[in-house]
Amino acid sequence: MVYDLVIIGAGPAGLAAGLYASRARLNTLIVEKESEGGQIKTTDEVANYPGSIRDASGPSLIERMIEQVDEFGAKRVIDEIVEVDLESKIKVLKGTKDEYKAKAVIIATGAVPRPIGCPGEKELTGRGVSYCATCDAAFFEDMEVFVVGGGDSAVEEAIYLTKFARKVTIIHRRDELRAAKSIQEKAFKNEKIDFMWDTVVTEFKGDGILESMVVKNVKTGEEREIFADEEDGTFGVFVFVGYSPATKLFEGIIEMENGYIKTDEDMRTNIPGVFAAGDNRVKSLRQVVTATADGAIAAVQAEKYINENFED
Amino acid sequence: MLELNKDNFEEEVLKAEGYVLVDFWGPSCEPCKALMPHVEAYEEKYGDKIKFTSLDVTKARRLAISQKVLGLPVIAIYKDGEKIDAVVADEATPASVEEMIKKYY
Repeated sequence: MVYDLVIIGAGPAGLAAGLYASRARLNTLIVEKESEGGQIKTTDEVANYPGSIRDASGPSLIERMIEQVDEFGAKRVIDEIVEVDLESKIKVLKGTKDEYKAKAVIIATGAVPRPIGCPGEKELTGRGVSYCATCDAAFFEDMEVFVVGGGDSAVEEAIYLTKFARKVTIIHRRDELRAAKSIQEKAFKNEKIDFMWDTVVTEFKGDGILESMVVKNVKTGEEREIFADEEDGTFGVFVFVGYSPATKLFEGIIEMENGYIKTDEDMRTNIPGVFAAGDNRVKSLRQVVTATADGAIAAVQAEKYINENFED
Repeated sequence: MLELNKDNFEEEVLKAEGYVLVDFWGPSCEPCKALMPHVEAYEEKYGDKIKFTSLDVTKARRLAISQKVLGLPVIAIYKDGEKIDAVVADEATPASVEEMIKKYY
């Protein structure tokens, strides 16, 4: 069968697109490789999405979005798309489980946390180095943790981690934070949070679990090693230094800029019938609120494209 | 899946013969909870040769750390009490877990 629209990714962008498309009575399928929700699913508190103030956790927000999508009849499957043919009139997406055909495609694959890229990081991921505070905070109850980064995610997660850790140190490569002022104020007021300015992590060390890390002051060039408390034997480092777009599958097929998909303001890519929405496209603000807006626009434009190019 | 805890981990995993899969998870770990139904489905498929177990690490933090588990989700395979393979954090997807299981099935 040929779907009207297949959406790749079930984060806020994909779910919003699914909602708008199914309300427009497009026969819509949403394909997600892991679990619905995308990055926001692991966020403890979402305070900046309009209307999301009571019970404003990432998971509960996503749960409500899924409920809404299901109510209007979009289908959802868990599968990982590994190969695409987007240039034909009927687009073909090959997954590890099944093959999907569609008249139009919305790419809402989002972004994934970017690693620091220093020695030892990969080996010690899940062994002290983490990219998900809600997943791993409980391990560090009453222990020492570090947060690397200075943006919204870094500072918000540092505040969250103070509920568990005895001390949280934010390591930031500049001498001021980039996070929203209201978040900064909260962090500066929190007695458990300390700051290490102008500093980057250059190496993680440990035999099976994280035991020490090397940090470097970018202004003085001075390097030093931070060791785990002897009693604890280890410590946690939560990395929030930015994101990489999940667009590898479309390299050489769709026009991109630094790995982000280029679209016009109607979310069209350079390939007719293929749209992009959310964190994976070139834009200035990557938030839930802009992701859902992208999804809505992409779905409306996909409907328009289908009406213009296909007879029923 | 057999629920593990501090008291039965040694008996059921470290002293067990053959293959044991341990799903390390926690109640606030959303990726873990999303993965679990898939792991349960794999138990139906592969449970005849591999014993499927799960451990809530928030109730056994020291034990998890002793198994060098400090980040979730972790799906690990033990053979005769030795941890021989694992998929960790972002790498742990339904597909990668099944791929790992198939290596030992």
